[in-house]
Amino acid sequence: MEIEEVKQLQAKAKEIRKMTIDAIGYLGVGHIGGALSVVEILTLLYEKHMDVSPENPRKKHRDKLVISKGHAGPALYSILADKGFFPKEWLHTLNAGGTNLPSHCDMNRTPGIDMSTGSLGQGISAAIGIALANRLDGIDKKVYLIIGDGESNEGQIWEGAMAAAHFRLNNMIAFTDYNKMQIDGYVHEIMNVEDLNAKWNAFGWFVQRVNGHDFQDMNMAIERAQKELYRPSMIILDTIKGKGAFFAERNLANHNMNVNYETAQEACRLLDTPDALEKSL
Amino acid sequence: MNQLEMRAIYAQTLMELAAQDSRIVLLEADLMKASGTTVFRDRFPERTFNVGVAEANMVGVAAGLSAGGKIPFANTFGCFASRRTYDQFFISANYARLNVKLVGTDPGVSAAYNGGTHMPFEDAGIMRNIPKLVVFEPCDPVSLKALVIQSARHQGCTYMRLHRKAIETIYPENETFELGKGKVLNDGNDVTLIAVGAIAVAEALKAAEILIKDGISAAVIDMHTIKPIDTELVLQYAKKTGAILTCENHQVINGLGSAVAETLSEDYPTLMKRLGVDDEFGEVGTQEYLQERFGMTAKNYAACARELLKKKNNIQKKSK
Ligand SMILES: Cc1ncc(C[n+]2csc(CCOP(=O)(O)OP(=O)(O)O)c2C)c(N)n1
Ligand SMILES: [Mg+2]
Repeated sequence: MEIEEVKQLQAKAKEIRKMTIDAIGYLGVGHIGGALSVVEILTLLYEKHMDVSPENPRKKHRDKLVISKGHAGPALYSILADKGFFPKEWLHTLNAGGTNLPSHCDMNRTPGIDMSTGSLGQGISAAIGIALANRLDGIDKKVYLIIGDGESNEGQIWEGAMAAAHFRLNNMIAFTDYNKMQIDGYVHEIMNVEDLNAKWNAFGWFVQRVNGHDFQDMNMAIERAQKELYRPSMIILDTIKGKGAFFAERNLANHNMNVNYETAQEACRLLDTPDALEKSL
Repeated sequence: MNQLEMRAIYAQTLMELAAQDSRIVLLEADLMKASGTTVFRDRFPERTFNVGVAEANMVGVAAGLSAGGKIPFANTFGCFASRRTYDQFFISANYARLNVKLVGTDPGVSAAYNGGTHMPFEDAGIMRNIPKLVVFEPCDPVSLKALVIQSARHQGCTYMRLHRKAIETIYPENETFELGKGKVLNDGNDVTLIAVGAIAVAEALKAAEILIKDGISAAVIDMHTIKPIDTELVLQYAKKTGAILTCENHQVINGLGSAVAETLSEDYPTLMKRLGVDDEFGEVGTQEYLQERFGMTAKNYAACARELLKKKNNIQKKSK
């Protein structure tokens, strides 16, 4: 990827991050930690890799994303709004009665959402099903999957790990948002998931591990994964929970926190200061 | 009235129990902060097991702890406590006749901003289908404390729906409770509101106040235990008032309404109406919005009580 393109992606990610902080701040509470840690990967997928069309969100031949950690919805809503799947004004209806943007992703309410999630662990199985359906129908498209590191405590993740490799789903590219935190504390203290590389490898996946806030690294990993002939891919993303919001970043209470609107706006302003990006990289 | 956080009362009660009985152990699945039991962990670290986001494993481990002579309390959101662990709870805990106390927090609309995926309107219902399981839902801090103590003493599994937010106290401090025995909170002659849980009981009491202004005398029963249901009390008030309204923060299918209907239709068919969620999924919003949306308000309860009374009076007129 040319440096120019990286810069564009960084600028886009900053916008998406600001929209997400703003939406959660406007509501006053939300899953800000796990939303902000996936901003870069979502930006990269939707800006560069995924074949989707806002005019026709349900077209049959398209790439799909299952965000199994469904509580990251607000980050995904920002990029979908930015791409034109629905008006940006919707972002201020997050969680309001009757909204189309609920805290957890809902494929029947939100244009552009490919699978309903929120009960952790289930997204991997759904992604496997989508990949199998694509294969049956000769649809040469990818299914992308994002799971959490805490979510990886769930047994269903490992049932899926076994099945995807068994079915040789090379049309499936998964990411672990390895932000090292779950709700009750650090993952290694609550329920250690290490050695993640060795585990996915042992299950028969093509495993890579990269900085989940670095576009160049992630892009190379995705391109390698797309060329896999037999195996599903797991790209482990080293990320920072709450990334980019000064009040949330690395704060153990950032899973689902109260955010006052002034603080949110201040965080957005800080992201615009010249050295904000370097500081946070 | 003073408001007390239900989860704080719950944790406090568990600590008192644990101080007296070394068999009491606690299990969590990465929702310890939500359950409010970090204080228990700090006091009894060796008796606390946080298994991470792995509810099925948590309940299976709880069953094993019970087989090893412990009295495990296992907590998670009600949606996961019921749907995610049903087979483990059914087989490893209940079928094995062990002694696991499962707690599902955030019942029904109290899940609010967590939305439809997290909003259990069916947990008490599916639990009611497990043979011999005791299913209950306290409506205030006083009944919560008393019923948790009884649950710990009960030989066998229990399932408790725990509204974990701060709510008003309804009962006096020294009130006594018994699992399986409903409480008459307000006596009345014209219609009976049988309610369960924090939201429905509070709204039913307010509905009775609205109704009395219209000259309608409504009885209100706190049916904290939906299984085994207090058949005697249901029949007594069916005979006394001839009209029964059930109020629950749950599906009307298989919940309190079903339990009362089953009792009445077999023993003393009585005019009744089941209020609760009518075959719908949950959705996101504030608790207030959702209470309106699903009719869990005093106003709606009162309106439905008037309707039911009209029907009752018409039937009585015809039969004269
Ligand atoms: C089956 C299930 N159990 C529990 C929860 C509640 N919950 C939501 S997020 C979360 C922690 C997840 O941690 P992680 O996957 O690391 O998420 P992230 O750090 O990316 O926010 C828990 C326990 C849930 N949504 N689903
Ligand atoms: Mg995490």
